[in-house]
Amino acid sequence: MSVVFVLIGASLLVAIGFLVAYLWAVKSGQYDDKYTPSIRILFDDNNKVQNDLTTKQNSKSREQSAENKVLSEKE
Amino acid sequence: MERIEYNSNTEILETHSNRKIFCYHCGDECPDESIHINEKVFCCNGCKTVYEILNQHNLCNYYTLESSPGITKKYDVKRNLDFLNDLDLKQKLIDFSDSKVSRITLTIPQMHCSSCIWILENLYKLDSGIISSQVNFLQKQLVISYSEEKTNLKQIVELLDSIGYEPLLNLEEKKEEKAKAENKNLYYKIGIAGFCFGNIMLLSFPEYLSIGAEELPEMKRIFAYLNILLSLPVFFYSSTDYFTSAWKGIKKKIVNIDVPIALGIIVLFVRSLVDIVFLNGAGYLDSLSGLVFFLLIGKLFQNKTYDTLNFERNYKSYFPISVTIRKENVETTIPVEKLEIGKRIIVRNNEIIPADSILIKGKANIDYSFVTGESNPISKTTGEMIYAGGRQVGEAIELETIKEVSQSYLTQLWNSKTFQKEEESKIVSLANSISKHFTFIVLFIASVGALYWLFINPSIVFSAFTAVLIVACPCALALSTPFTLGNTLRIFGRNKFYLKNTNVIENLASVEHIVFDKTGTITENNSAEVNFVGKLNQHEKSLIKSAVRNSSHPLSRNIYNFFNDVDLIPVESYNEITGEGIEAVINNHKIKIGSQHFVLEKHNNTTNDSTRVYVSIDNNNMGYFSISNKYRKGLKEIISVLEKDYEISLLSGDNDSEREKLREFFADDKELHFKQSPHDKLDFINNLQKIGKKVLMIGDGLNDAGALKQSDVGISISDDINNFSPACDGILEAQSFNRIADFIHFSIKSKKIIIASFILSFVYNIIGIAFAVSGSLSPIVAAILMPISSISVVVFTTFSVNFLAKKKGMI
Repeated sequence: MSVVFVLIGASLLVAIGFLVAYLWAVKSGQYDDKYTPSIRILFDDNNKVQNDLTTKQNSKSREQSAENKVLSEKE
Repeated sequence: MERIEYNSNTEILETHSNRKIFCYHCGDECPDESIHINEKVFCCNGCKTVYEILNQHNLCNYYTLESSPGITKKYDVKRNLDFLNDLDLKQKLIDFSDSKVSRITLTIPQMHCSSCIWILENLYKLDSGIISSQVNFLQKQLVISYSEEKTNLKQIVELLDSIGYEPLLNLEEKKEEKAKAENKNLYYKIGIAGFCFGNIMLLSFPEYLSIGAEELPEMKRIFAYLNILLSLPVFFYSSTDYFTSAWKGIKKKIVNIDVPIALGIIVLFVRSLVDIVFLNGAGYLDSLSGLVFFLLIGKLFQNKTYDTLNFERNYKSYFPISVTIRKENVETTIPVEKLEIGKRIIVRNNEIIPADSILIKGKANIDYSFVTGESNPISKTTGEMIYAGGRQVGEAIELETIKEVSQSYLTQLWNSKTFQKEEESKIVSLANSISKHFTFIVLFIASVGALYWLFINPSIVFSAFTAVLIVACPCALALSTPFTLGNTLRIFGRNKFYLKNTNVIENLASVEHIVFDKTGTITENNSAEVNFVGKLNQHEKSLIKSAVRNSSHPLSRNIYNFFNDVDLIPVESYNEITGEGIEAVINNHKIKIGSQHFVLEKHNNTTNDSTRVYVSIDNNNMGYFSISNKYRKGLKEIISVLEKDYEISLLSGDNDSEREKLREFFADDKELHFKQSPHDKLDFINNLQKIGKKVLMIGDGLNDAGALKQSDVGISISDDINNFSPACDGILEAQSFNRIADFIHFSIKSKKIIIASFILSFVYNIIGIAFAVSGSLSPIVAAILMPISSISVVVFTTFSVNFLAKKKGMI
């Protein structure tokens, strides 16, 4: 039963870890602006966005053509 | 102003989108396709220039994130930014600098969409000296770090100006940092209190459920000491605000709500220590930490602030920080506070007159809209006196100052006592007034109980006495106010009524007399009642609309908005003569619009209260527009509703030419006061307060600043909340003006909800005290009773406020 003291100690340590993380987050200003980061994350380098789109579209169209093939073969 | 222009054009956009052309940059309507780059059409060269700058630097992503995100440059005037080279001023503006890198925080009210964020964070592509720029969108702030070697502050501000994001430059706004730090402290305190509360609860479970007491007798003691350890930060850090506030109150001989709270916290802590150390008990540390945690959450809820709004502005944040003076034909820039009497100053287009002066040279055309709410500029001729606070529209003028900045007609208002007294004295909240009686009653009950046990069973005197104080700790009482008012504040905010803090709601509920300002408050600022006297055909209407389109004069814009369904025609030549009118050639027709003297070249001295704008086409007199103040929608209903319960007065800086018209709205003729100077307005409020009235002042301009400050509740009306508004308790967006009565009634209801929740919390207190005086308050009873009472009060207030708002159609 005395293992309970070890467990309490461990759980307190973990909890203190989270408390420190929270305090650090407040201190570093993460709660100062709760809106702009949500917009900022959507920005991307212009060229990169286009590239991403084209590669995605390519892969999509490839997938689709593959699917069509499978379907036609089934028929 | 830009925003209004934008709105009116989006309306057009919806109705005629099939045949009109809109600016690629700002979305305004374009008269033709003459200004264009490839297939992209612009409304003016300003917008085109911005596009070119951005295009040149590969920043056209700006236009793909949102369509037409730009800010129109049509009415834009270049600012004189030479003062930014002044080292003293620069030091005051920037946040931080080592000789190489500087950092500055700029407020940019124009930012409105994600494109704005994107462009402002990519500034380094436009100026290689900018190291980084970061936006805080809600606060409309931009933090720029830049290299002093490669660029300078003036260049950066000029760059921002050139792409339409003009930063506000004044020294007053720098003080807000303190409030932010306070808010951060509250977050720390809540985090620590929550952490300790959770762990103490966990460690108290064996005690609640009597587990393990037999197998592991030392567990109870170890857990209890761990609890003491965990409660130390709660007691010595998280709850310090309550101790200091209570102490401040006692020093002033006021028993505020924090006194019983602080008493409760201290008693809880001491009693628990005694229990654990000497009596081998469990203590009430779980209740203590829970109490502090809930109270702090309530505080956070009450602390809702509107980041972008500033309720403390005085004239200094509106006035320029520097002024150009001329001395022996040399122009220099000096900080405005160093301006002395008898100096020659140069005021350029769109600059503000910093001190009362005499016009020496040039044609003055002064726009006093921020001072009086009157939107039509007033022209002045050489030798005339010009009051500080007006904005020059037109050419640069030369003035000689005759008063110091702080002693001018308008600014000396801020020297009066009203602006020196401390804010706090005004606030006697309901909770504080109740807590006074409450605290004494609780102390009385505790003492009587203790006295009783002294004779019956002296061993439990201490526990009975402390138990009463613990259980009577007005946690629920302290929570009902922040949650009720915090909710009300949010609901008001959703309906475009922004309050400085929650105390305003309580003050609003107890108002007895309501004072309105006239111009700009009960009249609309940017639209007027326009009537045309004469006859016009469709083509002539087009000519007039096209001609006035180029003018930024408020009257021109009224006329522009007056014609709805006419086409725009390209203008061949255009000339605006300040203070007189405009002259344009369109389709070979010569059009003159402006004053009688200018258009008809004769002068009739007909006095009239409404403004007239004359029109001639090819030298034929077509008639005139009569433009008069338009009263806000719903004014009549508001006044008739409010007149039932309140005394109402009107204060106007103008003469009484509109008295007849106003009598339609206001029942009591005696309460209409005209020709009121800013000081008269302040005194009027003061006199009402001297006979014991609680006064609500509703105003808008700087000339109401004294009255707004003096009144118990001062509400400023604004067409655009990002614009300047004088120091006040609340800012009401103009479109919600017709709901004023609803807001006042709502705050009265909120106060009733608080009283109801007080009664609820008293019931809990009575139950608790019944346990306590009988000496049988076990830790588990306290641990259950306290959270239940707190939570039920919070639920009750939140639910009833929202129910009320739904009933009133506010959510």
